[in-house]
Amino acid sequence: MIQVENLTHRYGERTALRQVNFAVAKGEIFGLLGPNGGGKSTLFRILSTMMAPTEGRAVIGGCDVVRDRAAVRRQIGVVFQTQSLDKALTVEENLRAQGHLHALSGALLRERMEYSLAQLGLEDRRKDMVETLSGGLRRRVEIAKALLHRPPVLLMDEASTGLDPAARRDLTRHIERLRDQEGVTILLTTHVLEEADRCNRLVLLHRGEVVTEGTPQELRARIGGDVVVLDTDDAQTLAGAIEERFNLRPSQVDGQVRVEIANGHRFIAEVVEAFPGAIRSVGLHKPTLEDVFVRETGAQIE
Amino acid sequence: MNSWILPAATLWQRELVRFWRQKSRVLGVVASPLVFWLLIGSGSNDLARYYSGALVLTVMFSAIFSTISIIEDRREGFLLSMLVSPAPRTSLVLGKILGSATLAWLQGLIFLCFAPLAGVRIAPLDLIPVALAILLISFTLTGLGFVIAWRMESTAGFHGIMNLLLVPMWMVSGSLFPMATAHGWVRVLMRVNPLTYSISLMNHTLGMPNSQPGALESLLVTAAFGLVLLAACGIMAAQKSTHSTA
Repeated sequence: MIQVENLTHRYGERTALRQVNFAVAKGEIFGLLGPNGGGKSTLFRILSTMMAPTEGRAVIGGCDVVRDRAAVRRQIGVVFQTQSLDKALTVEENLRAQGHLHALSGALLRERMEYSLAQLGLEDRRKDMVETLSGGLRRRVEIAKALLHRPPVLLMDEASTGLDPAARRDLTRHIERLRDQEGVTILLTTHVLEEADRCNRLVLLHRGEVVTEGTPQELRARIGGDVVVLDTDDAQTLAGAIEERFNLRPSQVDGQVRVEIANGHRFIAEVVEAFPGAIRSVGLHKPTLEDVFVRETGAQIE
Repeated sequence: MNSWILPAATLWQRELVRFWRQKSRVLGVVASPLVFWLLIGSGSNDLARYYSGALVLTVMFSAIFSTISIIEDRREGFLLSMLVSPAPRTSLVLGKILGSATLAWLQGLIFLCFAPLAGVRIAPLDLIPVALAILLISFTLTGLGFVIAWRMESTAGFHGIMNLLLVPMWMVSGSLFPMATAHGWVRVLMRVNPLTYSISLMNHTLGMPNSQPGALESLLVTAAFGLVLLAACGIMAAQKSTHSTA
């Protein structure tokens, strides 16, 4: 549904995207995961037809985002990171204005509005002024608005930013329903791990490049067993000592030592025994996407 | 055709609905020209002399405030979703300008209610040319605001231009002193200032004595200035962006 081929973008001297390639299949939720400044927003702007790339191309539903801009715009619904609703208008008025932008009117527009409101569970909010809505509800209105012309593709930029965990889960639920019931293809950018975990497939973006790609399960499976995180005063010394004694390859991130290892609970007992006093605290967890990111880039997402 | 008219109509309607819901905005736009006018007019004991200038200033403030919203709207707001919709740019620009000009016109009409204070009596039939003149000036100044705002990165830049260009333009438009008494280069400036013709157009339709330039010349120059600005708006908006303007 979406193909990105050798996409490169430069802002003057600075390269924001470098040879990015990936493809999104119909009916999947595809995530672009990475820290802020990693190139997600640039990629999003190109896909949503707001900006032409320096090199390479992107195709949505068979149409080139630069050459067939108008055709692409009919096929995509866009949810921006910032609010695109008019706060001084009601939910219904915002949707109606959006419909008019897509040349929808009369009975067809009313039908589409009902459909969108129902999809996002907003029927009883239609008369509310957007100003009076909570952040989570506003996001849902944004999605309802983006879906009004029934686009096969929904693009969402950091859609859950500023939402509390409950509103975030609620949003994810709505997105998954759109995929399952309507077959909408969804591409979202995020730096939130739990959101990335719910995607069908992911691309990890770091410094404008694709670091790795796969399903969340595949990515996590690359780290065998457990992740042990050790808090210490001198990460370098501890990492060196662990490497020597246990023949492991620990990494250092933010003054902590991380070790990927099967049967982490046994390793903890051994390492604490081996370096008494050197370790301030110990953590053990199953691999997360954050660990994958750390492993691939040596940097953290958040 | 629908895909061209509907977006423009919906934007126009949006401006009006917002205006109606934020009535306090009227106060902000009308109040300062009213205060300027009362102070300058009372101080020189000639309210009528400064009336047209104050009216045009009201229209100018209104036009500026509604076009300045483009700058923020584009980065964070309603304009964003407009820009990624299939609606033609020219239709969007037309809708925005129609809406802003209508608001400027309405506020000019509100200011017209103070005419009796200036001793200006307008016969009911004369209201028509007066209203039409205000409408024309509203379009012109909205076009001017739009041309400035479209490329602006920040509202701070717009304020700079307002203080360095728009307000001085208004000062040397015959709003404060007539061209006949102006000296040297200021007089030349007044001659080439399109706003001079807007002020004198107002003076002529309101029946103020001895206004220069002449009525027909004022009308033609104001209309031509407006058309040039509207064309410029259309051309600017139709250009494709290759930078991170959005």
